[in-house]
Amino acid sequence: MSGEKVPCAILGSGNIGTDLMYKLQRSEVLEPRAMVGIDPDSDGLRRAEAAGLEVSADGVDWIVANPDSCRFVFEATSAGAHRANAPKIEAAGLQSIDLTPAKLGPGVVPTVNLEEHWQAPDVNMITCGGQATIPMVAAVSEVTPVPYAEIVATIASLSAGPGTRESIDAFTRTTAKGLEEIGGAERGKAIIILNPAEPPLLMRDTVFCAISPEADREAIRASIERMRERVAAYVPGYRLRGEPIFEEDRVAIFVEVEGAADYLPNYAGNLDIMTAAAVAVGEELARLRERAEVPA
Amino acid sequence: MSGERVTLVDSTLRDGSHAKRHQISVEQAVTVARALDRAGVDVIEVSHGDGLGGASFNYGFALTDEFELIEAAAGAVTEARVAVLLLPGIGVKEDLARARELGAAVARVATHSTEADISPSHLALCRELGFETVGFLMMAHMNSPEGMLEQAKIMEAAGAETVYVTDSAGALTPDGVKARVEAMRGGLEAATNVGFHGHENLSLAVANSLAAIESGARWIDGCTCGLGAGAGNAPTEVLTAVFDKLGIEVRADTFAMLDVAEEVVRPIMDRPQLVDRASLLLGYAGVYSSFLLHAERAAERFGVSTKDILVEVGERKAVGGQEDLIIDIAAELAAQPATAGR
Repeated sequence: MSGEKVPCAILGSGNIGTDLMYKLQRSEVLEPRAMVGIDPDSDGLRRAEAAGLEVSADGVDWIVANPDSCRFVFEATSAGAHRANAPKIEAAGLQSIDLTPAKLGPGVVPTVNLEEHWQAPDVNMITCGGQATIPMVAAVSEVTPVPYAEIVATIASLSAGPGTRESIDAFTRTTAKGLEEIGGAERGKAIIILNPAEPPLLMRDTVFCAISPEADREAIRASIERMRERVAAYVPGYRLRGEPIFEEDRVAIFVEVEGAADYLPNYAGNLDIMTAAAVAVGEELARLRERAEVPA
Repeated sequence: MSGERVTLVDSTLRDGSHAKRHQISVEQAVTVARALDRAGVDVIEVSHGDGLGGASFNYGFALTDEFELIEAAAGAVTEARVAVLLLPGIGVKEDLARARELGAAVARVATHSTEADISPSHLALCRELGFETVGFLMMAHMNSPEGMLEQAKIMEAAGAETVYVTDSAGALTPDGVKARVEAMRGGLEAATNVGFHGHENLSLAVANSLAAIESGARWIDGCTCGLGAGAGNAPTEVLTAVFDKLGIEVRADTFAMLDVAEEVVRPIMDRPQLVDRASLLLGYAGVYSSFLLHAERAAERFGVSTKDILVEVGERKAVGGQEDLIIDIAAELAAQPATAGR
């Protein structure tokens, strides 16, 4: 890299935006320059101000008026808000990294498919379950065809916000599509369970991949382990519970995600993996852009 | 209780699907639905055991596409209404629309007893589609009577015309059923029905159903021969007979139900419904009844005991749908050195 960090703005001063700010502050590649919300009294904006970011409660209009303050806009509002904001962000010549379920741009998973989409004006972070499981399906389908992949995401009730609850079908559909289009499964299915246990449980994801009984299990194991390492590089709390379990025509992989507890509690691995993966997407996009800009 | 009119729901072709490992044929669905219809059962539920969209690695793939079963059952009945079950997070709205097209008339939308707020958009859609709409609060033992009322109100506001106390773990005793049904009966609109769905793990399904009726419940679930998850459900034929004796009004005919049980359902059962060590433990420890067969299979696969798996599942406060936890736990138990005491 040129040594200068790439400036970014966070749109949305809620839980996700605030957690994202703390992660961006640790980035070697990106610099959180501004946080923009709509509520001047929000805890997020107060914290951003204390952290030395420019803050505004004027929403996307502030970003449009100050396009030099950022290269990337992390959208941490809501799907509806992002649908309204996206054209303005694009017109200002900026790139959106969308953490909402708006799905305007291609879904992206760091380490899996970012190189295909680095020029897209808008990339979407899919779902928390997708970020946790698509890499595993991709790891298996790199080795052997996966005619069907199924994931079961269990998250603590406390970490499921009203957006998720109102549109739980969007989670299952979007995640299933990601298993197919990005993970490489021919057919995908996603299930989500909310568990209200106290103390809240860590996010768990079980990934089932249908495989041929003749598939090379050693190669699959190794591919899974490599992928775990690559994801854990940007989501430190990403781990496997036990070894993958092979049965006749399937492999089951058990993932657990503990959050980094930057702003959100550690059990909210489902939210942590979204913000951590979004930072990884921003960093990777910055690298890909720089590579494209520097003549070989 | 004499003189109360009860809507009787038979879930042999849905909850019973668990006990059949979801291996129900079209022919069986038609035979059972036709027989239940003739016997006068009001509502016949047909779906994968884990609801629409349940066919999966996690819950078990089905012998027959559930929509084929729904269509066949809807075509086989004349008086009874065919119901479907859907758990948001497992099935999706399109499944409801498809079931409606195929002739289902009642839709039951199920959530864990504390998570009703994932159901409003599905319940609202059910009303739009013209379904008789039911909210199903599962694992009712895990929420207090006041909490159940609060959750039931969310479902009622979203369009549920009936809301259930669903004792998925067969863990409630009659006083617990009473407290929950009374709280809901007292706090919901008078036009909203309260229902009860019991499991037999503590041998209390019929007694609990009576406690529910006494407290104001008017929709009661059973499965013929008790065919269902865990130790099974309240046997529909027993409910009918007991209702008869108590003067509780129900459309189903006791003698006809005895024949359905003996001649139609018992012959298709893979195993008797027993309160044995494992299923009793479900009720005692408050574990989701459908976990039983999954735990038995994992126990065999990993060489550990079903009992140990179920105890651990209970300790981790698993909710319905977390079948994947069973393999995880079984593998973990198998990896542990044998410890004394367990």
